Amino acid sequence: MTPEKQTTTNIDVGKLIGSVERFRNEGYRLVQIGCTKVGDLYEINYSFDKDYHFENIRIAVTADTEVPSISGMYWNSFVYENEMHDLFGIQVRGMNIDFKGTFIRTAVKFPFSMPPVTITKGDKP
Amino acid sequence: MSKQIIVPFGPQHPILPEPIHLDLVLEDERVVDVIPSIGYIHRGFEKLVEKREFTEYTYIAERTCGICSFIHGATYCQGIEQIMNIEVPERAEYLRVIWSEFSRLHSHLLWLGCFADSFGFENLFMGAWKTRERVLDFMEETTGGRVIQGASKIGGVRRDISSGKLDQMVKDLDSLDHEMKELTTVFLHDDSIRHRLRNVGIISREDAYHLGAVGPTARGSGVAIDLRKSGYGAYDRLNVPVVTDSCGDCYSRCAVRAKELFTSTDLIRQAVTKIPDGPVDVKVTGAPDGEYFMRAEQPRGELVHYLKGNGTKFLVRSRIRTPTLTNIPPLIKMLQGCELADVPVIVLSIDPCISCTER
Amino acid sequence: MAFFEMVKTALRTVLQKPVTILYPAQAAKKTPLSRGHVTIDESRCISCGTCQRKCPAQAIVISKEAKTWQIDRLRCVVCNSCVDTCPVKCLFMDTQYSSPVTARSVEIVVITYVKPAKPEKKDEPT
Repeated sequence: MTPEKQTTTNIDVGKLIGSVERFRNEGYRLVQIGCTKVGDLYEINYSFDKDYHFENIRIAVTADTEVPSISGMYWNSFVYENEMHDLFGIQVRGMNIDFKGTFIRTAVKFPFSMPPVTITKGDKP
Repeated sequence: MSKQIIVPFGPQHPILPEPIHLDLVLEDERVVDVIPSIGYIHRGFEKLVEKREFTEYTYIAERTCGICSFIHGATYCQGIEQIMNIEVPERAEYLRVIWSEFSRLHSHLLWLGCFADSFGFENLFMGAWKTRERVLDFMEETTGGRVIQGASKIGGVRRDISSGKLDQMVKDLDSLDHEMKELTTVFLHDDSIRHRLRNVGIISREDAYHLGAVGPTARGSGVAIDLRKSGYGAYDRLNVPVVTDSCGDCYSRCAVRAKELFTSTDLIRQAVTKIPDGPVDVKVTGAPDGEYFMRAEQPRGELVHYLKGNGTKFLVRSRIRTPTLTNIPPLIKMLQGCELADVPVIVLSIDPCISCTER
Repeated sequence: MAFFEMVKTALRTVLQKPVTILYPAQAAKKTPLSRGHVTIDESRCISCGTCQRKCPAQAIVISKEAKTWQIDRLRCVVCNSCVDTCPVKCLFMDTQYSSPVTARSVEIVVITYVKPAKPEKKDEPT
């Protein structure tokens, strides 16, 4: 198969809106916004695509950093930002449609921000 | 100034295959605004990565969805193979293409049936599902499962199809084509169906691109995105035509899916003529260390599997972004301004697969 | 104006015999590869525990002291990985679905494998 070339750039939270605006003006569409918990930091990936050309920018935040919303430029980002808030507990400022924690209803609040499960020998399945 | 009332749609509705909730704000039979709400089928798949090794996670990735299950499993395996730099044998790549295209056929036939049910044509619904049974029979004869195939593994596929069986299957495709032609003629040429679908749920080309529509939802408005053209798997050696339509209403989306049925059977014939002999899997040792975004074309659009490993048996993160999650904002745009009786037809025209969306 | 396009297909299906199967009066369609339920040949199992480790649903539990192999039929997803990874090939996939039950229970099989005795060491000829 022909592997896809994928570029990932790490940027600062403050430069997020500027970079996203550059993608918007060049005609890229938003593919996804995803969050990964690595230790105590949360890495947030913003992925863009145009004509099968894939680019990715990444910011690293702590649990109490407020991330600005990109819904001014991409109206459909509210789906990903609400999901990120409901599962990881990341505060996003300025969402165009803010569900305030009721987008995905779980029994435990912010389930994915819990520490990873460790299996010890003898655990009942 | 007329009064606004809120009517809840879902999560249980006779035409919905899976539960989604929409709050429709109505003014005298016309929908003014829509507020979606999901979360009825959230099973926490992404948290299971911490408890299951990366080789076992194939089975879990496949069970994300019942309709598009083979492509989820194959995409996950391809993502891990890219991280670990494993070269999959050619025969395995072609077999994955054949099963993916059969999976696409079964998904589109299922959708055509549910769509006919949404505007009340039960006879056509049963006719589409009768044709779908033949596709499921083929899946069962070659993999053992009708809905969950369990045929992908990291390093290749788990089973082989003999060349005698492949030749017999190509002969059967001719009669399948004939049945599908009869079915799609009713959808596309009958005037009573056209009255329900034309100029209903229109979304323009600009809106579809910028709101993130993918798959037939985008191709029905003239945006030519089809991830099979980017050449993953064996698709770079096959000729993949991209089917688009320019009107952007429910009829165009239906026409795009109806025409894709025939491009799928054509791709299966191409793959069977080109498939080489050889092994179907390679041995895999070690653990994945690194990250990759694997993108594939599901029947509903673009699927993204983001995988991140750190050298141990358990992955750090597996994020699945399914096409229906990104088709929800265009759905909101399509529903604004429509009549209440058209809401089921429009909701079904984006092909909602909510169990994928919520994992 | 094209109306009644479906009439031809509808009339033909009315006059044909039905395609549905009167299940469970008639048996369900099966192919040689169909995955129904897992069976074990208990005289060959060496209690290595590979199937227990590889099962993604954690449906198999092996007890070495009591020499039993138990499976929870309702947890098993018939994925075939235990059959594929068993080193002595004592597990088989049967094509018949497991029958419905009214209460959760596990199925316990006693293992009857006897390890063959090692051949006696012959004395070294002097």
